Amino acid sequence: MSDTSYKFEKANRGLLERLFEPPAIGQMSPVAKLVAYSLLTFWSAFVIFPIYWVVITAFKDAAAVNQGPYYIPFLDFQPNLDAWRVLLSVDPFCDGYAIVRQFGLLAHNSVAFLLQPLVHIEPMEPQICKIYLSFTNSLVIGVAATALCVTFGSMAAYALARIQYKPKFGNIVIFVILTLFLIVATSFFDIPWYVSSSVALALFFLLARVFGKRFKATLGNGDILFWMISQRILPPVVVIIPVYMMFQAVGLLDTHLGLIIIYAVANLPIVVWLMHDFFASLPIELEESAQLDGSTRFGIFWEIVLPLTGPGLAATTLLTLILNWNEYLFAVFISTSKAQTMPIMVAAKNAGERGILWWEMCAIIVIMIIPVIIMAIVLQRFIAKGVLLGAVKG
Amino acid sequence: MNRNGDTRQPGDSPAGLSIRESWAEWFDRHSRTFFIAPAVTLILIFAIFPTFYSILFALSRVKFSTTGLRFRFVWFDNFYNEFTGSEQGHFLGRLEGISIFGWLFILVVLAAVIWWLYWSFRKGTSWVGMTGRLISAAMAIFVAFLLGSTLLSGNLWGTLLTTLFYVIVGCSIQFVIGTGLAFLCSQPIVGKNFFRVIFFIPLMITPLGVGYAFRMILDVTKGPFQPFWKFVGLGNWAWSTNAWAARSFVVLGDSWQWIPFIFIIMLAALENVPRDHVEAAQVDGASSIQIFREITWPQIVPVAVTVILIRMIEAFKIVDLPNIMTSGGPGIATESMTLHSYFLWRANDMGSSAAVAYLLLILTVVVCASFFNYVVLGQLRKAHA
Repeated sequence: MSDTSYKFEKANRGLLERLFEPPAIGQMSPVAKLVAYSLLTFWSAFVIFPIYWVVITAFKDAAAVNQGPYYIPFLDFQPNLDAWRVLLSVDPFCDGYAIVRQFGLLAHNSVAFLLQPLVHIEPMEPQICKIYLSFTNSLVIGVAATALCVTFGSMAAYALARIQYKPKFGNIVIFVILTLFLIVATSFFDIPWYVSSSVALALFFLLARVFGKRFKATLGNGDILFWMISQRILPPVVVIIPVYMMFQAVGLLDTHLGLIIIYAVANLPIVVWLMHDFFASLPIELEESAQLDGSTRFGIFWEIVLPLTGPGLAATTLLTLILNWNEYLFAVFISTSKAQTMPIMVAAKNAGERGILWWEMCAIIVIMIIPVIIMAIVLQRFIAKGVLLGAVKG
Repeated sequence: MNRNGDTRQPGDSPAGLSIRESWAEWFDRHSRTFFIAPAVTLILIFAIFPTFYSILFALSRVKFSTTGLRFRFVWFDNFYNEFTGSEQGHFLGRLEGISIFGWLFILVVLAAVIWWLYWSFRKGTSWVGMTGRLISAAMAIFVAFLLGSTLLSGNLWGTLLTTLFYVIVGCSIQFVIGTGLAFLCSQPIVGKNFFRVIFFIPLMITPLGVGYAFRMILDVTKGPFQPFWKFVGLGNWAWSTNAWAARSFVVLGDSWQWIPFIFIIMLAALENVPRDHVEAAQVDGASSIQIFREITWPQIVPVAVTVILIRMIEAFKIVDLPNIMTSGGPGIATESMTLHSYFLWRANDMGSSAAVAYLLLILTVVVCASFFNYVVLGQLRKAHA
């Protein structure tokens, strides 16, 4: 004991020791401090510099971009708003209600799509200028897909954490076989998809009801959970071609609804995975007492369980929102003009005849990343509390 | 049905209320179905069904016609085409003229894999485990053969090895740097929260924006490092014409974006390590390297391997960065398999596109399942023991 306390007394140590050894327990030595701070500063610069470069490029004109590197606004080059003027050019449809109208358009077109078999409702055309179109498209699609995904995902996650499911293995086999029949029938025998899918669905319920009782082997909640989460392994490019064909068949190509559905499905695994962990860690006593008081299961979920998972739910929602906002591959396949999202618009700046209009592109990227950076700072506080860690460990 | 009718006697209770109640009761009785049905339905229709449907695309030659798509069943022609036919150079790389180093490498890997199989057989692995190990071994030998006959024999390699390059090299770099930064930030330093926020930001920026930002920054004549390129005598050098430079820069952009992911989770893991263990070791005079190796590392290994697994799963899907930074060029040097499939789709060759996508799925599943079984599970068992 005396040995160690001797070691940490300043007067008894040489210069080298003082440099390389911590002055007290739980502190860092001067050299280690220097190394740590310089590494952290270097990395901060490495992280910030690309963002800085994009931001200043958005305020350059063609000459300032093409003549070589200019680093500091007002000293090196005179910033101007050329790019922004082009992007935000005045347009009769660019007003404060653009976003409201976009949500109205989504509602109208979704109803028109759902009532398609019964009555024909003319879908609305977007009447809005280019940048607002992409921006509001991204916003509408991102918000709606996130809402759909988080609602369905947390419902499923809660159910998997609290209710015992026992899907019969035989029913799954029946389902797979019928799916294959459906695919072959539609593709090779020219049976319309709605006929074959209704027949397949009816057959499935019939067979499941008739043979279901005989099947003994069942799967458990863990298997369902694994199945849902493992969908994340599926590369999007595997499903995108069939999804494109399906959307083409039902008229969902280049619509908000189509993108909303596919984004929601793509993010369901993450939501189920994160939310399941929060629900499983909640004490069950609260729900049991609510059940004794006569609450319905959905009432318990909505009024008691969801508020309890507040921070986790917020983090999951933000994460999903950011992923939807940034998504590129599905958008490039499914949206062409009317439902064009921001990433597609950025990429479109690449295809111009005059080469890449870097300043305009950077202005769009800046518009794209400002909300995301704000969300990231908020989200970071949740994640710092170990929100994701619990999911990783579990 | 009858019983329900009996209870609704006139005068017993207002009829409307009773109906509404039974409606709500019915809903509550079936709530277990309603809770999980939407998610399951969505996944079945938009993930499972397309996965099956994709098989059909991969096994057919697809043509557009006036009435829609025409499928002509060609069995495994699309796959043969990728492995031995005209697409071989694109997918696997040029395989002729294997050099002596190539053969040596292939033989070494072959021997190692066979020894590993023998060793696990002797250990008494179950037949399920042996089957899994045989599949992993076949994949390992195949990849070694590709490496030996392309990289080590001076031939160009194809999209499969490029994808694996992004996954393995990218994940290793990201893991090392991300964990290093997390370790630095877990030390007692001032401004921890500031660094945490700054380091987290790139993860949330659209990959597309990252691609364009790096394309601008790495530009040799107009980018910010132009004086540097001039100084080292590369003023007229176009890195996008050099395969290895292009690949490295794609990995650089990918790392910029994904290091924060590793960083944030490893930081949380490091902060969960009990502080008093570390301080007790410091009192005992252990060096920081010893403390890291003996105390910190064993506690964060389970999280570390899991986070690598998650990162690997995402890394196999890489498409935005190579598409934007290099469009897959020079030639096919930076083309990932997703991008390969996308280009084929754009050329209206849906069969081959679906075949490449399916091969990517198989590659992802085999690599990730191998990593999960041999690394993650082992570490988790060790941690719980």
